[in-house]
Amino acid sequence: MSNQYISTSSDWTFEQIMRYDKEISRIASAYGLDTYPNQIEIISAEQMMDAYSSQGMPLGYHHWSFGKHFVSTEQNYRRGQMGLAYEIVINSNPCIAYLMEENTMMMQALVIAHAAYGHNSFFKNNYLFKTWTNADAIIDYLLFAKNFIKECETRYGETEVELLLDSCHALMNHGVDRYCRPSRLSADEERLRQSEREEHLQLQVNDLWRTIPQKENKDTVANEPNYPSEPQENILYFIEKNAPLLKPWQREVVRITRKVAQYFYPQRQTQVMNEGWATFWHYTILNTLYDEGLVNDGFMVEFLRSHTSVVAQPSYNSPYYSGINPYTLGFSMMSDIKRICENPTDEDRHWFPEIAGSDWKKTMDFAMRHFKDESFILQYLSPKLIREMKLFSILDDDTRLKLEVTAIHNDDGYLQIRRSLADQYNLSKREPNIQIHNVDRNGDRSLTLRHTVHNRQPLDKSLTDVMKHLTRLWGFTVRLETIDEKNKVEVAHECIVEN
Amino acid sequence: MTQVIDRRVNGKRKSAVNRQRFLKRFKLQIKKAVSESIDKRSITNVGNGKKISIPPKDISEPAFHHGQGGQRENILPGNTDFIAGDRINRPPKSGSGSGSEASNEGEGNEDFMFELSRDEFIEFFFEDLALPDLVKTQLTAATDFKSIRAGHTSDGVPTNINIIRSLKGALARRIALRAPHKKHLRDAEEELKKAIEAQNEAAASSLRREIELLKKKIASIPFIDSFDLRYNNRTLVPKPTSQAVMFCLMDVSGSMDEERKNIAKRFFTLLYLFLTKNYEHIDLVFIRHHTTAKEVDEDEFFHSRETGGTVVSSALDMMHKIILDRYPTNEWNIYGAQASDGDNWHDDSAVCKDILGNKIMPLVQYYAYVEITAERHQLLWKEYETIAEIQSNFAMQDIKGLEDIYPVFRRLFKKQMA
Repeated sequence: MSNQYISTSSDWTFEQIMRYDKEISRIASAYGLDTYPNQIEIISAEQMMDAYSSQGMPLGYHHWSFGKHFVSTEQNYRRGQMGLAYEIVINSNPCIAYLMEENTMMMQALVIAHAAYGHNSFFKNNYLFKTWTNADAIIDYLLFAKNFIKECETRYGETEVELLLDSCHALMNHGVDRYCRPSRLSADEERLRQSEREEHLQLQVNDLWRTIPQKENKDTVANEPNYPSEPQENILYFIEKNAPLLKPWQREVVRITRKVAQYFYPQRQTQVMNEGWATFWHYTILNTLYDEGLVNDGFMVEFLRSHTSVVAQPSYNSPYYSGINPYTLGFSMMSDIKRICENPTDEDRHWFPEIAGSDWKKTMDFAMRHFKDESFILQYLSPKLIREMKLFSILDDDTRLKLEVTAIHNDDGYLQIRRSLADQYNLSKREPNIQIHNVDRNGDRSLTLRHTVHNRQPLDKSLTDVMKHLTRLWGFTVRLETIDEKNKVEVAHECIVEN
Repeated sequence: MTQVIDRRVNGKRKSAVNRQRFLKRFKLQIKKAVSESIDKRSITNVGNGKKISIPPKDISEPAFHHGQGGQRENILPGNTDFIAGDRINRPPKSGSGSGSEASNEGEGNEDFMFELSRDEFIEFFFEDLALPDLVKTQLTAATDFKSIRAGHTSDGVPTNINIIRSLKGALARRIALRAPHKKHLRDAEEELKKAIEAQNEAAASSLRREIELLKKKIASIPFIDSFDLRYNNRTLVPKPTSQAVMFCLMDVSGSMDEERKNIAKRFFTLLYLFLTKNYEHIDLVFIRHHTTAKEVDEDEFFHSRETGGTVVSSALDMMHKIILDRYPTNEWNIYGAQASDGDNWHDDSAVCKDILGNKIMPLVQYYAYVEITAERHQLLWKEYETIAEIQSNFAMQDIKGLEDIYPVFRRLFKKQMA
């Protein structure tokens, strides 16, 4: 028996990594995981910090903010305040997974199962990733972006480019399409059509403004249709297409940051699912390895220790509490789906009639493909799990003196807890709803944004800085209006540009 | 199909560019932090990497987020004893991490802390500063030679014989020269054996003679020959002067109070830091004086108090003596830094001018004098001014308060236009 073990010590070798990968791959496909081909890269701790600070992009353009993140990551790591992630995985085809050289053999196997098969299959099959990102082209596109920005730096000066990027970064979270479907990004086309697009864009912009000098009487002005005809949620897109004073290269830079933001948008919407899925599979696959006698007891003990600390969820009143751990929530939900399929209770049959007793592999595969965090929780969070995690809901209203417990894990509370938890992962509620409302085409060219206030939640103070950045991009006066639940509109902030 | 790639070999310090950009971007803030940090450290300690903190406001990356307030509902895990409808007090501000989790990370109120490497720290300190004539001195200072090993030669003085090498050579030579004789000897001995067995006396005796001859030949090969000798070889390489000595002279008479000493310390520290950037090894000599001068250690230099009058020339005299005793100018770059409040025994100032101008200035690379006073300059300043007119490597400045120190230092060592 014992000579079957793939490894018996904690030091890893390339042969053993290959061997583990082969076995894990076999098990994964037996469970029906559909993945991109893998590219496993061994990196050092320092390279891991590099990858960290550039948002996990394998090649990013240069910017001070990445340096800032690097500096603070390095600092924390050196002081031992944090361990580095064991792995980073990139949504590309082939799927790139970084393994840190410090990892033990067990860790490497875990990471291969987690990233190279778990995350990988999620990237390939989840509808958000399929719709919004193009795994084949991302590496090429990032390379194109890096080179383009480098070229701009040589041509127009580092400072100029840096300031522009600052402004774009400030608006990145509002540089994504949330509702309409994107056009695919392809690097080759991108390069070919870029110059064409520059001219074309400039032409369009000029067209938009051609009517300005004409002085007309007020009646006709009042009858002018509002521009844009519908509110625009993607602020960076609007800037790229319509900002009057931007030069073609600046538009291209805006476009690049917008595309990068869009690329990461699905990841921000599927954190719980993605981690839950990957954690579920590393757990299942490594257990299968053990059942097959390919790893020894020592391996399993080390694995379980690491796994349990990954999915630990401190209570709200623990000093270690820092929000709900997405690994815990995701892993518990995935495991719970399997349980409901295999051993449903009466409660499960009542709550989940359509999946109770079904084939767990098919059910989980369906869940993985067609949901994001918000809808996944809304669909699959079971009363049993709410009880296990002892979830409760707190209403924080600044007009009241005290906090109120609105629901706990009982029959009356399940639905409400499920709904609020789902809302907590709804990006469009977590981020303020700010859209482009109007451009004064016949007057001072000022741009008006509207913030639709939700539950009286105000904007953070950094709003003033963001507005300055927006003004820099737009080139004319920019103002932000808020519209509250009673449809009362107020000007919240204004950055005036004197002409 | 999976590919495993070892990336450790390439792509090191990928973020170095970004780090540099970060430092460049926040140059002003970092510089401020750097100059604030020096007075907390001992002179020789200043250069060792430095934790820098920058207010978070300056380096934040703004974005539209929700701020505090309004109405929100949060789900928390680990309920123990709440039931629906319970009213609870708001937790104190510090523990309110529950509410707005990940949404506003990196927006803490604490300063952003990070560490500068030693080089970066000093770079920030000395950006666009340079001691005048420094480059020139360094280029021409290579008057000292040091001898370094350079293989072996077959010729040399007996003290340099390399015994191991020589004996190795001898051994090889002996083996090589003996080999043919030994072969003949073996053959002859075998034939002798046969001859004895065949009882051929004549052949045996001629063989015995031959064997004897061969043995003599082998014995006559010398154990060591002059041909075997190897000598250690050394060559002389010009040695750049990489050491400097810095003299810190300070007036510790009653009129120098703690604040003035603090200013002086800053001044000395800055000079020290500058020297560490240019020299491998630096000696510090602290001379304090009132009416008499005394060489002391750093702690005593800055912290013990004396009272009494002031005779500046005593310190200058001592500095001169120490240079002659311990720091020959062909081996040491000598820097002098003097801090005083300008008070001096009236008759002494002319003496100071004489010692400094005629004895010390020819020996030093650079001499800087700062006068820490808010009052009118006294005679010492006027005397020194005449030196400054003649000597290009003499600088003097007056400082009024702590905030003056950095600009003054910059002016002192400002890069001189060629």
